[in-house]
Amino acid sequence: MDFTEVPVSDQGKGKKKKNKKTKKQKVSEEGEARGDDIDTKDGVKMERTEPVTVFPPTFSVSEIKNKQRRHLMFMKLKQDKRKQKIMLKKKKKKEREALGDKAPPKEVPKTIENQRVYDETTVDPDDEEVKFDEETDEFAAYFNRLTNPKVLITTSDRPRGRTVRFCEQLATVIPNAHVYYRRGLALKRIIPQCIARDFTYLMVINEDRKMPNGLVLCHLPDGPTAHFKVSSVRLRKEIKRRGKDPTAHHPEVILNNFSTRLGHSIGRLFAALFPQDPHFVGRQVATFHNQRDFIFFRFHRYIFKNEKKVGIRELGPRFTLKLRSLQKGTFDSKFGEYEWVLKRHEMDSCRRKFQL
Amino acid sequence: MSVMDAWLGAETGLLKGVSVSRKQAVNFSSSSCLDRAQEVRALSWAGPGETELLVGSADGLVRTFSAEKGTFTSSRRCGEPHEGCFSGLHALGSALVTCTEKGAVRVWKEHSDVPVTEVRAGEHVHRMRQSPVAPHRVATGGKETPVKIWDLENPDKPMFTAKNLRDTWLDLRQPHWVRDMAFIPGTDRLVSCTGYHQVHVYDPSSPQRRPVLEAVFGEYPLTALSLPVDGHTVAVANTQGQMALLDLRKGLVCGVLKGASGSVRALQCHMTLPLIASCGLDRHLRIHSLQDRKLQHKVYLKSRLNCLLFSSNDPNAEAKPVKVKEEEEEEDEVWDKMESVHEDRGAHEEDCVHEDRGAHEEDCVHEDRGAHEEDCVHEDRGAHEEDCVHEDDCVHEDRGMHKEEKVQYTKGKNKRKTDSKTGQKKTKKQKN
Repeated sequence: MDFTEVPVSDQGKGKKKKNKKTKKQKVSEEGEARGDDIDTKDGVKMERTEPVTVFPPTFSVSEIKNKQRRHLMFMKLKQDKRKQKIMLKKKKKKEREALGDKAPPKEVPKTIENQRVYDETTVDPDDEEVKFDEETDEFAAYFNRLTNPKVLITTSDRPRGRTVRFCEQLATVIPNAHVYYRRGLALKRIIPQCIARDFTYLMVINEDRKMPNGLVLCHLPDGPTAHFKVSSVRLRKEIKRRGKDPTAHHPEVILNNFSTRLGHSIGRLFAALFPQDPHFVGRQVATFHNQRDFIFFRFHRYIFKNEKKVGIRELGPRFTLKLRSLQKGTFDSKFGEYEWVLKRHEMDSCRRKFQL
Repeated sequence: MSVMDAWLGAETGLLKGVSVSRKQAVNFSSSSCLDRAQEVRALSWAGPGETELLVGSADGLVRTFSAEKGTFTSSRRCGEPHEGCFSGLHALGSALVTCTEKGAVRVWKEHSDVPVTEVRAGEHVHRMRQSPVAPHRVATGGKETPVKIWDLENPDKPMFTAKNLRDTWLDLRQPHWVRDMAFIPGTDRLVSCTGYHQVHVYDPSSPQRRPVLEAVFGEYPLTALSLPVDGHTVAVANTQGQMALLDLRKGLVCGVLKGASGSVRALQCHMTLPLIASCGLDRHLRIHSLQDRKLQHKVYLKSRLNCLLFSSNDPNAEAKPVKVKEEEEEEDEVWDKMESVHEDRGAHEEDCVHEDRGAHEEDCVHEDRGAHEEDCVHEDRGAHEEDCVHEDDCVHEDRGMHKEEKVQYTKGKNKRKTDSKTGQKKTKKQKN
């Protein structure tokens, strides 16, 4: 009887979740009302005339105007859903245990990497044409051990403290790297001078509002130029539980997950930054991990405790890169020919399709 | 083969024939090993019937490729590599017209090593095109070299030299960089596109030597140009992969063709149908429809592509029953050839008909053996579903072992999902 005090207007608002409750109320009311026709006529009349009211299916919690009530309704909705989910899980678990060995295999959860749209440009390791293409491209000299990498790191004009420190730390991570102050020089004029002094790479870190946000990596004699967006830069002192500073040993390079043709080109671009030396000295490793078109750079020192266990310590800066364009030839953003350009409207429309 | 819808030249020296309707791509090479020096720089039909192709490569050789036989039949030396690569190559009756990047336009008669006529067309010629109406008229243009129309029968002076645009409002000379041009059929006019993202229309019959119409598109150099059949639009593409249709009456952009992600090196419109093919540094061949500007076909070809030739076949024409018949015919052919091939120790694919006939031209450079570096594409048997998108490229060695190489290929955006599924399945199988 207490329930029936709820006025009619309120029922309109509280319909969805109190559905079950109101239905139950209805049944109980009806039961009571049948018994006490005369007494409860006034209160119950409205409900009696519509004994089996079907609430309009288009009601949703968001139609409740009162914020607190809406919040309450939504919380109740969530709790109910959670309960259902837990019940379902328990049931499944019981069934699985009951079946024992005959149970069907566990379903693999869907992730975006699982659902990735198959890219037709994925490189097949046996493909002769692609092999030939890679053997004779601009990095051939490096991969045939004819040149050693020599990197020039500079920034955009007038860099601020964070960018300068980032450049210095990068120079410790990449062997044979030199940092030069930009002083407002034009890149197209710097490039011939670099070539004359035997540099193989030019790295320009672009800065915006005191934070590094872009990277132009130009392979020097005539090589491709890649332009990246840099985000999430962590300098050494911001990394927790880090090891001591990196030494001058050449690090190993790990390139993860560069599977398409474009990914291969970028992977080779990164690999050619570091000198090739199969006898690893110094247990340092630089990792370029590609996931969902973002490239994560980490620098670690590792130690093998026994054959199966490795301990790692992160040293060095950490940043993420996203490729914006790959241009054939040295830096010439206006008149150069682009091999690949990120076009957001066309390429970012499908969440399951990645380019690298 | 007459079945091929498009021929493409790649930077690795391969000539690729693509059949869109049968979803195949075949590689042809004139030597058994790939060589960057044979990078294909110019492609053109050797005659009015589309049976032979002229392939100009970076080392100065012009090879003739027979589409029927599927092999390179002859080659001739038309210039030294140090003079620059070919920027134009056309057939003139039985003779050849070539143009190098340093500006030398030469006419070569058959069977002669020395050019008959030579014209100096400027310091740097980026492109030379032949008029479809009058084959002895060619147009040239390049960086700081204005557009010139030459009559090869009177090679002393150009018939028409374009004048540069007027100086800017600061009285500075406007820089000039012609990248591609085309003759508008039906009239005397010429359309050209520049590296400063302008499109100019010139009219030699009018007294003014400056462009009659100037249109601007984008902010990046325009690399390729093509005229569709309807005559009042022009399709242009730039180094960022933006392709657009411009209206030639007013100079406005009609619409944009989406899809290319890299610099477009060659564009060509189909002769009769409203289709346009484009290829470029992103290693794909794309065919768009001009009416609704949608992508119809996209083929991944593993090398960067330099030039393109569209044949007059209808890429959307063929239907399944024909496919089956052709397969049977070709299989019969294959069986027939098997025996003859054994004597000649060679290839037993349908596309490879190497015969000794080819060798009677003086500059025949390749041997019969050489022509078998072909990735032959089987129309695979199993794949008789209409939406079967994957073909198997077979690279066979002389022993007849087939190594499967796949050319992935999507037909329009809608089919991508199904393709991906089947693609994934297939790769798993192959790996297993």
